[in-house]
Amino acid sequence: MQENIWLIPLLPFVSSVILILTSGKLPRPIIAILGAGSIGLAALIVLFLGIQFMQAPDPFTLHLWTWMQVGSFSPDFAFYVDQLTIVMMSIITGVGFLIHLYSTEFMQDDSDYSRYFAYMNMFVAAMLILVMADNLLLLYLGWEGVGVCSYLLVGFWYKDPANGAASRKAFVVTRVGDTAMALGLFLLFVDLGTLQIQPMLQVANSIWISGDTIPTIATLLLLGGAVGKSAQLPLHTWLPDAMAGPTPVSALIHAATMVTAGVYLIARTHDLFILAPSVQLLVAFVGLATLLLAAFTALNQHDIKRILAYSTISQIGYMFMALGVGAWSAGIFHLMTHAFFKALLFLAAGAVIHCLHHEHNIFKMGGLRSKLPVVFWSFLIGSAALAALPFTSGFFSKDQILLSAYEIHGVGPWLWAGGLLGALLTAIYSFRLVFIVFYGEAKTEPDKSLGWRMAGPLSLLCVLSLIGGWFTLPLASVFPIAGEHHVSHLVEGISIGIPIVGLLLAWLIYLRGSLSISGFTESKLGNGLRNFWHGGWGIDTLYDTTMVKPYKGVSHAMRGEWLDHVYHAIVGICVALGSGFSALQTGRMRWYATSMVFGLFLLISLLIGWN
Amino acid sequence: MQGLAIPLNHVLILAALLFATGLIGLMIRRNVIFILMALEVMLNAAALAFVAAGTAWQQADGQVIFMLILAVAAAEVSVGLGLVLQIQRRFKTLDMDQAQRLRD
Repeated sequence: MQENIWLIPLLPFVSSVILILTSGKLPRPIIAILGAGSIGLAALIVLFLGIQFMQAPDPFTLHLWTWMQVGSFSPDFAFYVDQLTIVMMSIITGVGFLIHLYSTEFMQDDSDYSRYFAYMNMFVAAMLILVMADNLLLLYLGWEGVGVCSYLLVGFWYKDPANGAASRKAFVVTRVGDTAMALGLFLLFVDLGTLQIQPMLQVANSIWISGDTIPTIATLLLLGGAVGKSAQLPLHTWLPDAMAGPTPVSALIHAATMVTAGVYLIARTHDLFILAPSVQLLVAFVGLATLLLAAFTALNQHDIKRILAYSTISQIGYMFMALGVGAWSAGIFHLMTHAFFKALLFLAAGAVIHCLHHEHNIFKMGGLRSKLPVVFWSFLIGSAALAALPFTSGFFSKDQILLSAYEIHGVGPWLWAGGLLGALLTAIYSFRLVFIVFYGEAKTEPDKSLGWRMAGPLSLLCVLSLIGGWFTLPLASVFPIAGEHHVSHLVEGISIGIPIVGLLLAWLIYLRGSLSISGFTESKLGNGLRNFWHGGWGIDTLYDTTMVKPYKGVSHAMRGEWLDHVYHAIVGICVALGSGFSALQTGRMRWYATSMVFGLFLLISLLIGWN
Repeated sequence: MQGLAIPLNHVLILAALLFATGLIGLMIRRNVIFILMALEVMLNAAALAFVAAGTAWQQADGQVIFMLILAVAAAEVSVGLGLVLQIQRRFKTLDMDQAQRLRD
């Protein structure tokens, strides 16, 4: 199996190429079989690989070919597989397959069925290359590959200019982070002499001094890339807009896999971050700030997908916090459980949207509990896991993160408290969503019911969201071992109790109505705060006024640039010469003969004059 | 026969005059048959110069070239007359100023 792992990214890639080349001329069942089947096959291979790997857990490298050779720089096309890779591959192909299966029904009525699966398969291939890469350059290839696919899929319904703008925004904003990351790669190569991850980490451990300037700068640049891809402060603004794409795309790319690439990158290069403690702490605080900001924003959105988008940003904030406090495996654990329950939530939201004539506004939904029972239970389980109610998958991972954060010397309790506040808000906004959409009186009637291809993945993800917390990830050999938690039972109790408090609050406010917040929201302060939060803390507006508008102004001013006149002049001369010479083409034979005679006369007299 | 009975210069002037006549005819005549005739006059002017020069220097080359020019002229006329026929059929005229569809 080990020598055949190249098949895993190749299968989706080949299927994607076939779908692109046939450009929608294949019949739909074949497109569906190709699109979902290639991912399913890849998932099977990953499963076999995982089983084999459990028996002989030795990391290995599969060297395919040397990619390029420039001086001492010779990155290989090689895959490195260890426990972390296996976990990531399982999430990508497993959750990816379920989402593809769901898509075969969700996109049934779309005229661009084939294009959709071509992009989705290409995305999975790129994402697999990202996590399997043996060196940072190959990782970067996958990194940019998923960026391109994200761009294509956000703007999938390109006929609406707003979707095009959203995809452009996603591409440009993540590009800011990617530039930082590319600079980080240059620095790492110059300083450590290789981009191959494992040797690089060893060299770094032996020659870098902890807290030195170079590790700090290099990890800061890597963090820049991670922040862009994972939609953390200050580069998070693209993710809510990226919801313009089809909902399964949001589930796969903007919740389960691509946005967690930043978490993977930091976990993969965690040795470097350990050597730069200040940056590692910064990672924790970026995570904390993001999770709070996104949670507050999610409180008063009314687009079902935007709520989920902000909750994704918030949950990735938890992962960053985990990485920042050195709870590496807890971070990856939360990545996995998040992939389960967030994919579930997005797919359920997609089912709601699918059945309600593309309605996104939660205040126009309501009373769907009895009409769409499968979706209701999916949403309930997903929200419970998202809010980290006890014994759901989210509970185990979030609890680990919070307890690890608490144990950090000095700032630990602050991180813990902030994380708890975030957990409270998470519970409130996720159950606000459930109560508004599924309870109360019905405002829109569903006009479709779900087929097995949509209900099946939902049920499977429900099961995973419930039991996902009982998995033990075999990450002990990849990361430095975290000790047992030694926190008082009070701290533990509070961590467990807070989500339940949030659930009760949401119940009181949005379902019973016995606790009214209208007094606050109607007041001037409350109203201002609501608008402020609704707009995502004004960050979009800030970027718009400080970056986008000046840029547009400058480019508008440059429109009539003097250099353009040179090119216009060249064009003018060519046109004039062309029309001048074509005027000579009169068609009159005597005119031709006469001009020949005079031309000859001129030439001969010139020749004579010359001599 | 030694050399030329009349001075070479005279023959060359005659040839030049003939050539100029042909050239002017080519430029100013509109009828395609006259244009062909003007071409013939020019060819024969050149041929006359060759013959005269060949005789003046006691070389056979002049007469060889004369034969060549005759052949070229015959070929040219046969093609030219074919074209004239076609022009007459298509345009119902032999006036070359009327037949200028080639431009388009």
